[in-house]
Amino acid sequence: MKYLGKKIVTLIMTLFVVSAAAFIAFQIIPGDVVTSILGTEATPEREAQLREELGLNDPPVVRYFRWVGGVLTGDLGVSYRYAKNMNEMMPVAELIGDKLPVTLSLAAISLVLIVVVSIPLGVLWARSKNKVLDAALGVITQASMAIPSFFLGIIVTYLFGMVLKCFAPGGYVSYEKDIGSFLFYLLFPALAIALPKAAMTARFLRNSMLTEMRSDYVRTARSKGCSERRVMYGHVLRNAMMPVITFLGMIIAEIVAGSIVVEQVFSLPGIGRLLISSISTRDLPVVEILILYITFVVIFVYFLVDILYRVVDPRISGK
Amino acid sequence: MTGLVVLLGILGVFWTPHSTTAMSASERFAAPSLGHFFGTDNFGRDIFSRVMKGIGTTILISTLVVAISGAAGILVGALTGYFGGIVDEIVMRITDAINGFPSILLALVVISVMGTGQRNLVISLGIVFMPSYIRIVRSEFIRLRDADYISRARLMGVGRGRILFVHILPNIFSTFWVSVMIGFNNAILAESGMSYLGIGVQPPQASLGKMLSDAQGYLTTAPWYALAPGLTIVWIVLGFSLLSEGIQRLGK
Amino acid sequence: MKKRIGVLLIMALLTMAALGGCAGGTEDSSGDNSSTESQAGNPVYGGSIVVGIQQDVDSLDPHKATAAGTKEILFNIFEGLVKPDENGDLMKALASDYTISEDGLVYTFTLRQGVKFHNGNVVTAEDVKYSLDRASGLLDGTPLISSLSVLTSVDILDEKTVQVTVGSANTELIYSFVAAIIPAGSGEEESGTPIGTGPFSFVSYKPQEGIVIAKNPDYWQQGLPYLDEVNFKIVNSPDTALLELKGGSIQIYPYLTDSQAGELKDSFQILSAPSDVVQALFLNNASEPLNDVRIRQAICYALDLNMVNEYVAGGGATLVSSAMLPTLHSYYVDLTDTYGSSANIEKAQELMADAGYPDGFDLEITVPSNYEYHMQTAEVVAEQLKAAGINATINPVEWSSWLSDCYTDRNYQSTISGITSDMTPGYLTNRFQTDSKKNFVNFASAAYDEAYQAAAAALDPAEKAELYKQVQKILCDEAGSAFIQVPPITIAMDPKLGGYKFYPVYVQDMSTVYYTE
Repeated sequence: MKYLGKKIVTLIMTLFVVSAAAFIAFQIIPGDVVTSILGTEATPEREAQLREELGLNDPPVVRYFRWVGGVLTGDLGVSYRYAKNMNEMMPVAELIGDKLPVTLSLAAISLVLIVVVSIPLGVLWARSKNKVLDAALGVITQASMAIPSFFLGIIVTYLFGMVLKCFAPGGYVSYEKDIGSFLFYLLFPALAIALPKAAMTARFLRNSMLTEMRSDYVRTARSKGCSERRVMYGHVLRNAMMPVITFLGMIIAEIVAGSIVVEQVFSLPGIGRLLISSISTRDLPVVEILILYITFVVIFVYFLVDILYRVVDPRISGK
Repeated sequence: MTGLVVLLGILGVFWTPHSTTAMSASERFAAPSLGHFFGTDNFGRDIFSRVMKGIGTTILISTLVVAISGAAGILVGALTGYFGGIVDEIVMRITDAINGFPSILLALVVISVMGTGQRNLVISLGIVFMPSYIRIVRSEFIRLRDADYISRARLMGVGRGRILFVHILPNIFSTFWVSVMIGFNNAILAESGMSYLGIGVQPPQASLGKMLSDAQGYLTTAPWYALAPGLTIVWIVLGFSLLSEGIQRLGK
Repeated sequence: MKKRIGVLLIMALLTMAALGGCAGGTEDSSGDNSSTESQAGNPVYGGSIVVGIQQDVDSLDPHKATAAGTKEILFNIFEGLVKPDENGDLMKALASDYTISEDGLVYTFTLRQGVKFHNGNVVTAEDVKYSLDRASGLLDGTPLISSLSVLTSVDILDEKTVQVTVGSANTELIYSFVAAIIPAGSGEEESGTPIGTGPFSFVSYKPQEGIVIAKNPDYWQQGLPYLDEVNFKIVNSPDTALLELKGGSIQIYPYLTDSQAGELKDSFQILSAPSDVVQALFLNNASEPLNDVRIRQAICYALDLNMVNEYVAGGGATLVSSAMLPTLHSYYVDLTDTYGSSANIEKAQELMADAGYPDGFDLEITVPSNYEYHMQTAEVVAEQLKAAGINATINPVEWSSWLSDCYTDRNYQSTISGITSDMTPGYLTNRFQTDSKKNFVNFASAAYDEAYQAAAAALDPAEKAELYKQVQKILCDEAGSAFIQVPPITIAMDPKLGGYKFYPVYVQDMSTVYYTE
């Protein structure tokens, strides 16, 4: 319990530091939201009016703590940049709530792909005594890990989109319109995310299984007369999976936080693209919440991984 | 294989078969040929020369990034790992925060404050990669801090600096090298990723990532334009990861 | 062992089959090799299209929207008392007639009978007064449209006549009455949906995805529009636009690069017309060594405009040497002979030597990096300047940074960018007055200021045209900046569509677009 409390305090502190850092960064970087919105047609009156509307006339410290106060009471603020209708700006919660399903679905599909590909492959690899297959898998996984996600994205677009015509590149369909086409479209960016990670996971699983196979309990089980199948799936795989699951946890964090590039390649309206465009238009309220969200996911997943370790290996929890 | 690509890169810094910026209206989108191994781009520039130059830029940037973040990692990790205490706690929170902060955003902020350019790209990526080295070095120092031979050295009155850098440091190198190799690859991927998004190396300077993003629009007319820089990145990264695996095996 | 390899093989085969299975799912949309004219073919009513756009909408309020990328869309939803036609003239829209008093100070508009807003209400004189008051700042003191800030009063004479009084006469002011007429009070309503009188009504808007508009069945122009629904979809880069066009997910994309046009010409109609943007290598006249007119002229001589045109516009641009659109026929004067349209290195070096820089100098070109067109131009221009001994470097910046550093703070040496014009000759020229807030190049010429003011005040059309030609000539001779070109707008349109019209201003008029049988 004490451990949990300490973790939560750490989480809150980190979120605080991150949000303050982002706020300060926005005060330093050139370009401000008012000139960015009004562009070259700005009149002094309009500028002053907009500055007033957005509450930018207060000192930065006041604005920061007003924002913190808002977040603590559940008010995430409104976007500087995106309109909801003629007179109101889009609330950040609504904006992000709209984009989140895209990124989360992408992460989920990627994860399924990773698991479906990497686990059979890892098992197969660990059990294979064929030198050629072993070497081939070694090279293939190494090569897959070396492909940058955006290049893979381009290849996937070219191959499946333009040569095989499986999908229309850029023909993203909103999940509200047609969930089937939405998921189908996401399959391809997910492929670009999943391939290198699946290779990584397969390698990891194989190594982990090989280590387990050499351990004493496997020998004991075998000598007790357990069938090879039972030894493999009942003992080795189960034990070898534990570190793999934690590894997958880290991959989830990486996908949720790092799909920016792939969203760009496939023009998916997810939070990664929202983050990039909000930074370039200096839409601070949106950027702040997105950063908090991403930081939170990363820390939270690491935290779960940590808990899982403790469950698996009670020796750690003493410290 | 890796040697060849490094050689090409180094050569590319000093000499390329064609100028990397010279344009030619008559030779736009020329297919690969003996004159232009990888063909030409939308301005009629020789892609092979630009790839060579791009390799040089990428390797230079990645090396500097690893050097900066690795050196900082050793220094900070050693001190915090060995001494622990409140400073350690603070440093760990900061590294947590940097880890949580999206690296692209962090890089973008650093670049916006200091302006674009290779030097600033190196600095921003250096900051992004620092935490992982700090963590690795720190955990190794914590492990070795209480080792018997260190306690003995301490009892013998060996100075702190000497313990840190003469007694412990050499013993973590095998672990450290592996992470340097991995870090090097990550730096290459990060640099090309940032250049792809347009916040890394800036034109007319050749960069593999930027070439890829330019080439994306010409996939059907000039597939070689995308393939050349793309495969080159794969080649470099693959080369280095095989190399690091080799080193790892040698260590065993 | 063999079994295992077999399993792997089967897995691989299955994957291949699954992926191969989708081939032929989408139909190849390549049609006949159609001509480059938006040609005839019998118009059919109905249908919906997706139009790719580059920028997200900056506001759904027609008076507050400033981005060209927003105005081009809102053109379909909102209308003013007058509206531009495709020749650059004004046509009467919500006003069926108007008169301007001799002294140019009083405008009297007669409202068109029975025009309805999208909400079904008839447009009244109150709505017109409210809209003009709001846009001109008479309502709350803040002019939303700066050119209308000269309005001193808007009066309702009777239920179909509105009289507008202005403080100073300017014959170009009538063009400002394109300002949208909206229902009285709708600018202050909570959660107001955008309501106008245009051929299409607003349906929905989603940040980063786009804006959807639907046919206005009660539109006052008989027979328009043809389409039932238009979806303006935000496409985040020209590269993805190309993929989307090929994949069939968008039917019209108006901002093609030259090489993209070449790639699409077999399966799409490619239409092209001059845009309303003057692109230039803007020179900060207040910075060293550009404060010397000889240096600025040297840069103009060093540029090979034909080459730039060839590389970035495929030869489709119109070269210019001053700040005026050639499409404003009566005012434009061709000055490209002043510095020639190809490079004159000797002349450039001679001028540089005269100015005390025989060995050239360093020139930093700041470029908003989100504009691929300007970036490509910068790459070409930098190469050309190097040939003349000017060591040019490119400094790409984000658009927000460009606006604050270059445009607002004028803290730059040179920049490649574009300035957008409207249909008035004064729009582009007024910004080069010494004291203009928009004079981001710090051009300072007393002769220019005098000529401009005379031109703006002139009431006689012939005299006005003559004065504006002088204005252009001064700006060109003094090399206020190195003007380059008016880039073409090149659009790709599905071969099944017709009726697309180009305007001298930046709009996407969807009302005349139709499917052909």
